Amino acid sequence: MKISVGEKIFNVANVVILGLTAIAALFPIYYVVIVSFTAPAEFVRKTIVLWPETWSLVSYRYLLSAPPFMRAIGVSSFLAVVGTICSLLISSSFAYSLSRNKFKGRKTILMFVLFTILFSPGIIPNYLLVKELGLINSLWAVILVSLTSGWYVILMKGFYESIPDALVEAAAIDGCNDISAWVKIVLPLSLPSIAAFGLFFAVSNWNQFFNALLYLNDAGKWPIQVLLQNMLIDSSASSLGDADPLIKPPPSTQLKMAAVVIAIAPIVCVYPLVQKHFAKGVMIGSVKG
Amino acid sequence: MLEHEISVQDSGNVSGKLHKKRGGVQKVLREMMRDKYLYLLAIPGILYFILFKYVPMYGILIAFQDFSPYLGFSASPWVGFEHFSRLFTEDAFWVLLRNTLAISSLNLLLFFPLPIVLSLLLNELKNQFYKRTIQSLVYLPHFLSWVIIASLTLMLFGKTDGVVNYFLNLLGFESIDVLTNPKAFWFLLTGQSIWKEVGWGTIIFLAAIAGVNTELYEAVKIDGANRFKQVWHVTLPAIRNVIVILLILRLGVVLEVGFEQVFLMYNGAVSDVAEIFDTYVYRVGIQQGQFSYSTAVGLFKSVVGLVLVVVSNKLSKRFGEEGLY
Repeated sequence: MKISVGEKIFNVANVVILGLTAIAALFPIYYVVIVSFTAPAEFVRKTIVLWPETWSLVSYRYLLSAPPFMRAIGVSSFLAVVGTICSLLISSSFAYSLSRNKFKGRKTILMFVLFTILFSPGIIPNYLLVKELGLINSLWAVILVSLTSGWYVILMKGFYESIPDALVEAAAIDGCNDISAWVKIVLPLSLPSIAAFGLFFAVSNWNQFFNALLYLNDAGKWPIQVLLQNMLIDSSASSLGDADPLIKPPPSTQLKMAAVVIAIAPIVCVYPLVQKHFAKGVMIGSVKG
Repeated sequence: MLEHEISVQDSGNVSGKLHKKRGGVQKVLREMMRDKYLYLLAIPGILYFILFKYVPMYGILIAFQDFSPYLGFSASPWVGFEHFSRLFTEDAFWVLLRNTLAISSLNLLLFFPLPIVLSLLLNELKNQFYKRTIQSLVYLPHFLSWVIIASLTLMLFGKTDGVVNYFLNLLGFESIDVLTNPKAFWFLLTGQSIWKEVGWGTIIFLAAIAGVNTELYEAVKIDGANRFKQVWHVTLPAIRNVIVILLILRLGVVLEVGFEQVFLMYNGAVSDVAEIFDTYVYRVGIQQGQFSYSTAVGLFKSVVGLVLVVVSNKLSKRFGEEGLY
């Protein structure tokens, strides 16, 4: 087929424009990685480093020797693991039961679930509830308030509806009740989708900032995002407490950048896994979330 | 308990057609006993939604009280709409409204068209591997937290040590200051939103474009349409509905400006343009302890938000499309 000159120009321009878009998306991340790995002396001398002459791990060594930082990593990992398991358990059990036609009153319950999406009571009533429950300064406050949402329940319910009743009934003949049929038949079948939801929960738990800011006053319980925010405000990096005294403290900018890289790393690691599931139903979430 | 009561009511409608009412109720109860494990499975979820979603809704009532944590909910005096009249007469209210609407409008104006353009360009790529690579890269920022994005912003746009100003100086331009400049603040937020969400926003449009019948392209090609005309006459009309729906739904959440984003970029120099409803509630409520007043502010925002979402949903359905619910 003949391709006109104009079309050729467009094709090239399009490839270039999209390439530049991707570079714009990636450059800030590239830059923090580079700065965090540059030798402190070189960074102090140049202030802008696009490719280091001398690579160095000292920012990471310093950071990882600081107890508050390691604690924050631990807290965030706890939120990501325990929070995700709890979220999956409650959302998928609730969504599965609501997806079965024989569940009486499911429409009414779904209405109540939907209303929580449309109307939020606001920050203060939630805060006072957590306070009443005695959960201020407890990591469980952060897990519980974001355990699940109407969106997740409705999305998962939509997914479970694609699993035919006949399958569950067949299991019932084999002596399964609804719970064991769910555990033994339905869950294994829906593992890829459950995994996709799990990864989404894990990413948002790792990224928890606002709830932690609201409910955790004790600096010892801060997750990585809150610690990072404090490092940003406080240029002296004193929020890191007593790091290894044998390491000469690198410039605070480099410490921040190393912290940013560590906070991004788990996301970049699970990212290819999440991405695989974009097409599967998660798309609705991107529109409606 | 809840689902039990509901199902008894429900049975009147569903089984009532086949049975006399009493027989229907008994049948339903029998079925519910048979399926008891299914209901058991729903109990944690129901309890969670009651405790963490509906109890706070009851807590909204303190907006009509002078709530004091020492007196508690039952002993605090009722004051009617006093906090609301205070909100509407306070200068801060108009500042909050202005900032919220300004940030939302800029988003609508500058951010909204970009994912459409980007998905059209992506769709024109011939090389599928290149297309998938670009997609993977532009989706990534969606998964980063606002704290990370604030860190990246500070690092890029720092006045003396920012890499953007370094390049500007290199090219002979003066340094720019966007972090502490009230005039630039709203644009800075819009820029952040674009960087974070533009790629992710293409997913819905790419899905709509993928659904276009390829025969339509062949047909207009025979009529002599070039690539631009193909996009104009086939692709755009095919995704027009999606665009309209998303636009309407966006209007429904016009008061929803991300707390985390604004809170993290907030500084003394931009305080006048950076205060939005949520940050105000946080400052007045959590930091100053004016629980009742700040609940009233939050309630005002939620009620207006609810009305807007319901109206925009109605509009969206009028266009013959699926709404938000």
